[in-house]
Amino acid sequence: MTESLIHARGLTKKFGDFTAVNGIDLDVLKGESFGLLGPNGAGKSTAMRMIGATSQRTSGELTVLDKDPEAFGPQIRAHLGVVPQQDNLDTHLTVTENLYIYGRYFGLSRKFLKGKIEELLTFAQLEEKRNSKVEALSGGMKRRLTIARALVSEPEILMLDEPTTGLDPQARHILWDRLFRLKEDGVTLLITTHFMDEAEQLCDRLVVMDKGSIMAEGSPAQLIKDFSTKEVLEVRFGSERNAQMADELRQLCDRIEELPDRILMYTEDGEELLERVYKKDFHPKTSLVRRSSLEDVFLRLTGRTLVD
Amino acid sequence: MSSFQARQGSLKIVDAAKVAARGAIFVTEARLRNTLKWVWLIIAIAIANPVLYLVSIGLGLGSFIDQNAGSTGVDGVSYLTFLAPALLATAAIQSAVDESVYPTLEGFKWNKLFFSMNATPLSGNHIAMGVFFNSLIRTVFTAVLYWFVMLAFGVLESPRAWLAIFTAIMAGAAFGAFMQALAGFLENENVFFTIVERFIIMPLFLFSGTFYPLSSMPIFLQWIGWISPLWHATELGRWLTYGSEISTTMLLVHFIFLNSILVVGLIASRRIFTRRLGK
Repeated sequence: MTESLIHARGLTKKFGDFTAVNGIDLDVLKGESFGLLGPNGAGKSTAMRMIGATSQRTSGELTVLDKDPEAFGPQIRAHLGVVPQQDNLDTHLTVTENLYIYGRYFGLSRKFLKGKIEELLTFAQLEEKRNSKVEALSGGMKRRLTIARALVSEPEILMLDEPTTGLDPQARHILWDRLFRLKEDGVTLLITTHFMDEAEQLCDRLVVMDKGSIMAEGSPAQLIKDFSTKEVLEVRFGSERNAQMADELRQLCDRIEELPDRILMYTEDGEELLERVYKKDFHPKTSLVRRSSLEDVFLRLTGRTLVD
Repeated sequence: MSSFQARQGSLKIVDAAKVAARGAIFVTEARLRNTLKWVWLIIAIAIANPVLYLVSIGLGLGSFIDQNAGSTGVDGVSYLTFLAPALLATAAIQSAVDESVYPTLEGFKWNKLFFSMNATPLSGNHIAMGVFFNSLIRTVFTAVLYWFVMLAFGVLESPRAWLAIFTAIMAGAAFGAFMQALAGFLENENVFFTIVERFIIMPLFLFSGTFYPLSSMPIFLQWIGWISPLWHATELGRWLTYGSEISTTMLLVHFIFLNSILVVGLIASRRIFTRRLGK
């Protein structure tokens, strides 16, 4: 059996009366890329901080690399690479200095770091910015530097909290490419995201979280298979008519979801369903057939969309 | 294509025990790199500060006082000689507070740097001590430069005057450690600037026997001096620089007071840093 690097049972975190993480169960295996998918406030970051051995759990079981974070925080953190939601680089220092001091925090030697920093600058495509101060970097560059920084100690597990939030599409794709390479190198990844495309691209397995609880678990393909249909037909009748049309459309397929701006119709064959919509003499203003995504899974599980 | 040539893995290359033992040094190193970015400004402040104060207050106000009270009118010496050790301690305290408070507010709040440090094998204790050591280094630098400016002004009469550098550093370290704990404790930095700076730091400066002997204050105001590291360091400084009269008991009281504040400040900083990072 493959080794489980992170093991949680009934993991719970409360802040006063508020339960941020409500008894979650997780097993992250060596070499896999595991995702926590959910909207803002689902408890993903809190779960990450407990796993990252910086925040103590209120109750439940948790082992990371076979150790209890409550008793062995520093020993666990020695083998984690953490990319927080907000970049917390030392903005007064240069790109190289940031990598260097972070390596020193892991007790790495100057000699080792000299070579390592070159590797990381290449990996993060920051060779030309090596002597720039961090405050002069773009958002995408800072993000790549934060990821490079987390890799300085060659961690067993790389933890990324919302790695691409706030980045433009091009910067996101560059970042995904880098993360994909890490995955190919066998680095275990733990990723939180509220972007379903990111989860689909990067995660072998994921849990869908909402309000501190896990709603479902599986591979992206399995979750889509279990909780959605193969295809989705999206139709728009204009905001006033959507509600009225929804009742009519319900007769044409097993499941529909009404969103403020459009109606989603779940089916195995989108084109065929669209034909039937037209045959009924309903004329949507726009229509789109697409494959089901994790967004649909989330909608099914919670009745809400991921990004509000 | 693999991104990394010879990945060995953290299990091989990271030694958590080494970080546990030397973490504070690693943080100090990082803090020093930060401080060195402003090294010219720090040097300029360290020189301009004593020169401006000693000229304007010491010589300006001093010549006025000496005209009226005679050249041995204040505690048996000229006003400049009387004032200089107090200003030395003030400068040491000021640089210690600057270098403790700003990095602490920045690290917890402005750029959250402490949280990135705490994601490594470093703990709150290491971070608190690293901030303190960097502040101490800057304080030593400031005090030494100040002392040489005092030497140039001819206000160091006693052969043991060089020891005043250490008493000033002691006061800086004590006050710095205390303020570091307070800056870590107060999660709203505005409270620090509006209340702590105006109602704690400023009165301590004015009521610590800095500009006149504490004994010339009404008795009900003298307690401010007693709780102020500045007064204790100033008393020690006056004894060392020009041989101001002081009992052995009081020497011990000053020494013990300053070091107690230092120890309490450091213990509090370490606890507060650890607790706040673990929230």
